[in-house]
Amino acid sequence: MTRHLRVDGPTHDDRLDHMAQGILGQPLNRLEGPLKVTGWAAYAAEARPANMVYGVLVQATVPAGKVLEIGDAPGALAVIQDKRMVRYAAQGMDQKGPTSGPDQIEYMGQAIALVVAESFEAARHAAQNIAVRYKVSSVPVEPEAVTPELPPKKQSAAGDVDKAMREAAVTLDQVWHTPSQMSAAMEPHAAIAEWDGDQVTIRAALQMLSSNRKQMADALGIKEQNLRLLSPYVGGGFGSKLGINAEAVSAAIAAKELGRPVMVAMTRQQVFDLAHRRSETRQRIRLACDADGRLTGIGHEVLVSNLPSSEFTEPVAQATPFTYQAAHRQVVHAVARIHRGCAGSVRAPGEAVGVTVFECAMDELAEAAGIDPVELRLRNIPDVEPTTDRPFSSHKLAEALREGARLFGWSNRKPTGQQVEGEWMIGMGMAAAVRVNMLVESRARVTLTQDGQAVVETDMTDIGTGTYTILGQLAAEMLGLPIEQVEVRLGDTNFPPASGSGGSFGAASSGNSVYLACEEIRGQIAKAMDCDEADLTLQDGMARAGNVARLLSDLIDGQISGEGHLQPGKTEKSHRQATWGSHWAEVAVNRWTGEVRVRRMMGVFACGRVLNEKTARSQCLGGMTFGIGIALTEAMEHDSRDGHAVSRDLAEYHIPTHADVPPLEVHFLPERDAYVGPLQAKGLGELGICGAGAAVLNAIHNACGVRVRHLPATPDKIVAGLKD
Amino acid sequence: MREFTYHRAASIADLSPDATIIAGGTNLLDLMKLEVMAPPALVDITHLDLGGVEPEGEGLRIGALVRNSDLAAHPVIRRDYPVLSRALLAGASGQLRNMATTGGNLMQRTRCPYFYDRRMACNKRDPGAGCAAIGGVTRNHAILGASDHCIATYPGDMAVALMALDAVVEIDGPTPRRVPLADFHLLPGDTPHLETVLEPGEIITAVILPAPPGGQHRYRKVRDRASYAFALVSVAAVIATDGGRISHAALAFGGVATKPWRDPEVEALLKGSEPSDALFREAADILLRPARDWGENQFKIPLLRRALIATLRDATGMETAA
Repeated sequence: MTRHLRVDGPTHDDRLDHMAQGILGQPLNRLEGPLKVTGWAAYAAEARPANMVYGVLVQATVPAGKVLEIGDAPGALAVIQDKRMVRYAAQGMDQKGPTSGPDQIEYMGQAIALVVAESFEAARHAAQNIAVRYKVSSVPVEPEAVTPELPPKKQSAAGDVDKAMREAAVTLDQVWHTPSQMSAAMEPHAAIAEWDGDQVTIRAALQMLSSNRKQMADALGIKEQNLRLLSPYVGGGFGSKLGINAEAVSAAIAAKELGRPVMVAMTRQQVFDLAHRRSETRQRIRLACDADGRLTGIGHEVLVSNLPSSEFTEPVAQATPFTYQAAHRQVVHAVARIHRGCAGSVRAPGEAVGVTVFECAMDELAEAAGIDPVELRLRNIPDVEPTTDRPFSSHKLAEALREGARLFGWSNRKPTGQQVEGEWMIGMGMAAAVRVNMLVESRARVTLTQDGQAVVETDMTDIGTGTYTILGQLAAEMLGLPIEQVEVRLGDTNFPPASGSGGSFGAASSGNSVYLACEEIRGQIAKAMDCDEADLTLQDGMARAGNVARLLSDLIDGQISGEGHLQPGKTEKSHRQATWGSHWAEVAVNRWTGEVRVRRMMGVFACGRVLNEKTARSQCLGGMTFGIGIALTEAMEHDSRDGHAVSRDLAEYHIPTHADVPPLEVHFLPERDAYVGPLQAKGLGELGICGAGAAVLNAIHNACGVRVRHLPATPDKIVAGLKD
Repeated sequence: MREFTYHRAASIADLSPDATIIAGGTNLLDLMKLEVMAPPALVDITHLDLGGVEPEGEGLRIGALVRNSDLAAHPVIRRDYPVLSRALLAGASGQLRNMATTGGNLMQRTRCPYFYDRRMACNKRDPGAGCAAIGGVTRNHAILGASDHCIATYPGDMAVALMALDAVVEIDGPTPRRVPLADFHLLPGDTPHLETVLEPGEIITAVILPAPPGGQHRYRKVRDRASYAFALVSVAAVIATDGGRISHAALAFGGVATKPWRDPEVEALLKGSEPSDALFREAADILLRPARDWGENQFKIPLLRRALIATLRDATGMETAA
């Protein structure tokens, strides 16, 4: 039986707080951790089906045009050219395959064919040296070189920001730039496709199997039921594996054509060419406030880019309409259609760069108004969503700001440029954290056997986030079992379709479906116990109700199972759902070389119920590290002549290293959000990123007086603002 | 990757002019995978007796196969040539330093992204093809020693410290010889594919350090992240003072030039002078007189100036780096 729930109203009953097993929320180690560190967890490219051959993608060496002819590949088994091959990755949650037809080239590096050989080395050699004749077109590759589109649905305005700016006591009007960024997951994209008649199984590095299956079936022109996707272990996604891409599609096509299993794994350089990049952004922010720092006007004008044929545009100003109060407001969202690699979701699309820049602007306004940056934010927190008057589902920004200031020692912050240690200038900065919250339809099946073993099955993925563990904890809590008696099976489209991992919604969405499946099972146990489910206590394999206590094994004949089905409902519209927090950083800036070292960093977050204190913390540590990357190191540079990505490996694309990251401190505010389903848990994966970089950049200003508005704040840009 | 033959050398006599030498392979293997280099034959020298750090005269003889990690940790290097330890530890990552060798490190090739990308024209990779870096992303290219044919930097750290130590490269081959490191790397001129004086059939067998120079040793590397990044600018300095005047000054620079860079005029100015900000600014003026930028790397001119001044202040006790 399936238990359905559409989240149309609140869950005020904190039921999970009163379960008996006491395992939910505990900082358990990841269940699959030992498999990963010993190499037993097989990633996409680690299977070796008999007779497997290797494919390597051939990439366009021109920025745009048409493929006229592809030459031979000596030493290769085949050169696969197929009009079903895709030009770029599908966007997250797309229901159809991405644009196909690889002969039409939209950007330099696009996949145009696949070379297959008996070894990876032979295939790569052939792919690197194959002769291709092109008809080359001239296309724009610089966002500022074209007249941008202004999609009507993405513009919003209330009141008159120009007027607010003219009449305000204090104003700010500045422009920021952020560069293209890359997810740079540790595991490069890879797939192994194997056919059995008209059935194909693809092991792939993917984040969202249920929509990936639809995309893949559409791309290949086959029925969904003939396609099985397997992604039990994924070595990081960060958005880059939300949608199917050229490697998986071409592996399936080649495997069919050759009648042998085919593996296609991208090289690191190909990942930089072919995975979605985060669009570079230009952001003009205008702020107006009265003498007390109360905002009267907010303007956020954004320019992003993407290919002409892609619908995705980085939602930079997504949080701007509801973070702070102001009577006059305007969001302008402009899109430059240019021919750089396809832009898509990368680590907190929107807020990662939008909140970061906005929180830098708030810091500048605080300075201009002579108000403490924490106080400025506290004075502008709205009671209801400003643009719609909807209530917030929960709202912890003020608490996160006050608690953060106390924990970090904000009162010890010195005026700009006043703290010097040898060559180093020391400063503190802070920022608010905010990220929209979403639920996505999700299903799971839980089976409980007579011997007290529970099995959770869903096509949900664990991309390194801890999904195996939290779903196991949920089932253990609901069914009263030690965690050792719960097995979690993920990443297989033969299991019930889940939300997948993306947009921070995975834990809450799939978690609620497991909760519902367990409720269904609890109902069956209650029936066997002849009691109401609400009166049932399950703990350590025992069922208790009133004075009756029985072993679960005595109540189950064979096995019982239940499915849970969660759908978002009315609360999605009735309430503004978001997660909140605050970021704090202390940096040292070298007065000679402009090098920045983050000395201390702290985040305070409110995300509803925390399902596992350790995996939740790890998510925040990763997010804050990305914040350091956005502020200080990460930039994917494009050649202005042809748009190609110049930094294409992890030596040149600078993810922060251990030496860049100080010990990070994470605090969670206790919270139960009633409007996000019975788990009362919200998404957390991305909140740690949103605004973290601003705390670092604002600390740089406090240290040395330099405002860097072209991110990242590398030494050259700091030095440009320092005195000799 | 192209197919190649692999042969493990049993003695130096096994080396042939037709085979490319591989030791740690930390750079060569990357380049072979990308087919930027495609040697038909590799000869592995890691089993040859080219290790060891031994006294030679008043100085040291460092075997070509001494790993970067071992060299950095060597007690005599740490005591007498600390600028070398510091430079080694500022380079690459722990894993790479465990593999990379002293001789191989001198042969490290540039990190110019256009050199690594076979879609792009590169005179170093393909003589006469042109230079796609000029007019492209030039943020980390050279401001010193470049030509209209090549603006790629020499990327390493170890060689920069060795320059400041007056190291000499010991070469075996048909005619064994010793070449001062200062003469080992070539300026690109119109032959950027020729990077060192090493001829086919020759092999680096050791690096010779003269007597310990004493004084203060500094290696200051400015980079885009705190670890595992190539230098934007780096300064190796060996500075001694006597009676309030600079008695010894050896300075070498990395990340800014097409080869490890040293400027005798800068050192001549410093020697015998009293340390002062005015003096250090003058030294920077001299150093940067020949500097030429390519747009995005203009910042290296002020950054090198600042790094030099900061290093000299630190090494002469005017300021503690902390």
